[in-house]
Amino acid sequence: MGMKASNKIATFFKYFVLILVGIIMIYPLLWMISATFKDNSEIFAGISLWIKKPTLDGYRNALNNFGGSINILQAMLNTYSYVLPKVICTVVSACIAAYGFGRFDFPGRKLLFNIMLATLFLPQVVLNVPQYLLYNKFGWVDSPFYLAIWVHCAFATETYFVYQLVQFMRNVPRDLDEAAAIDGCSSFQTLYKVIVPMLGPALVSCALFQFMWSCNDFMGPLLYVSTPGKYPMSLFVKLSMDGDTGFAWNKILALSLISILPQLIVFFCAQDQFVEGISAGAVKG
Amino acid sequence: MKKSNAPAGARTPFQKWVDKYQGLFYLIPWIIGFLVFKAFPFGQSLYYSFTDMNFFKDGTSFVGLANYITAFHTKKITKALIITFKYAFITVPLKLIFALFIAYILNFKIACVNLFRTVYYIPSILGGSVAIAVLWKAVFSVDGLLNTVVRAVTFGAVQGPEWLSDPNYALWIICFLRIWQFGSAMVLFLAALKGVPADLYEAATIDGAGKWRQFFSITVPMITPIIFYNLVTQICQAFQEFNGPYIITNGGPRGSTTLISLLVYNYAFKSYDMGMASALAWIMFIIVCILTIIAFTSQKKWVYYSDER
Repeated sequence: MGMKASNKIATFFKYFVLILVGIIMIYPLLWMISATFKDNSEIFAGISLWIKKPTLDGYRNALNNFGGSINILQAMLNTYSYVLPKVICTVVSACIAAYGFGRFDFPGRKLLFNIMLATLFLPQVVLNVPQYLLYNKFGWVDSPFYLAIWVHCAFATETYFVYQLVQFMRNVPRDLDEAAAIDGCSSFQTLYKVIVPMLGPALVSCALFQFMWSCNDFMGPLLYVSTPGKYPMSLFVKLSMDGDTGFAWNKILALSLISILPQLIVFFCAQDQFVEGISAGAVKG
Repeated sequence: MKKSNAPAGARTPFQKWVDKYQGLFYLIPWIIGFLVFKAFPFGQSLYYSFTDMNFFKDGTSFVGLANYITAFHTKKITKALIITFKYAFITVPLKLIFALFIAYILNFKIACVNLFRTVYYIPSILGGSVAIAVLWKAVFSVDGLLNTVVRAVTFGAVQGPEWLSDPNYALWIICFLRIWQFGSAMVLFLAALKGVPADLYEAATIDGAGKWRQFFSITVPMITPIIFYNLVTQICQAFQEFNGPYIITNGGPRGSTTLISLLVYNYAFKSYDMGMASALAWIMFIIVCILTIIAFTSQKKWVYYSDER
């Protein structure tokens, strides 16, 4: 067999695998989008993405109030009212902590850094019970401002991002800090005049990941939000799914799709940052 | 700002002290956060695991190892442990193999690499959301998408099983949700594969090594650091999985998808038996620790770091 023929077969095989796996990966999502425009009787009548009788009933029902005190817009508002503080607190506090770890040498730095690394592997499940009791004591459980969900982020508790930013900071030349110091910058001025601008893309990447994870978070709201009027999207979608499984699939799928729409938009606007973000955190360790 | 311009010799002892310790100043928030939200709860949960702590009961008494002993004698709990192991040992290897395989193909000169990468990566971003759990229910319910496919392919001759209410299948469906999210591991592998020096492959080709030989003798050894990283993080995550089984099957049918994290949740926040919940969390933590330690100690044998730092 000629080299060329076998190469062609290999190329064909590669694309075949990539496209087949790609379809399996993405088909459920595409089907979900099409199902939201289908009639309930049509959804499971076939597998095609084609919509025979397009209808907006799913969306109309999804936007309807039900269960009284909560609707989808309120739930969305609720979600972002803790996601935004969480993202901002995480990025600011992680950046400050990373600056301390990455740019200074002081007695005990190594020990503290190792402790920080160890907390990366500390499972949240171990902490849930005492944290719940602690927040309960603080009066943060079911607080109208979702304090139990986001306040801890202001203290750089999301160590994954601290670690990631320390890694990024290694690539910012120290000459810049020294130049700033010679120009009379205090270390804090160096942080926000030199380091933060240089770390810009990394900070954006941290913010994006924290945004995605906070939107997806289910355990946090499940433990710390119990007033139905304060339910975020994750609890609201779960509630409506339990409410009418097996009946109004187009409505439930429409709800689900609306709930991830902001995330999808953010992802498509910033996919390169995501890819670079996860690569940078791990490659050099 | 004149002070910092002064020659080093002129610095007061106070300034020297500041110079030495100012790094710590930036770590104050982290240190507070670590102590209040991590270290303190960590110690407390260990303590609770030796008590009969209950949220609605006054007075807590020390019961020694009783919770742990009860745990290993309770069928529900040992079963959940076995299922958790099963879950981890199914999902972690399959996810990593898949991620590596696809990354390997993508690393050839492939047209539209970015399109493929995006398609594979989307599930990792959205996979943890409730919306995707709902979708999973729609796909795998009795009259769901998958069974519709089965009927269509067999022209109505075969009715697919009840994936989510059959104990033989339910765990696999939950596993599949995690394997479907192989994108983030794949992106890491792809970055690592790009870092393998091309001259190694050229030398191997001259020596007559085939593609498979090259893959196992060059590619895999060169990317072992990333394999290691993915392995450890995936094990940690797999043992903590909660959303999928809680939302899709709620642990059922007949406990076949009750992972240990679901039991911790049920004990802690349904029956408010915080002592038992803490003991279970610690059993899980110790298992993850042992696996991580095994990974780290075996690292010397199989992980290859090109630049010894």
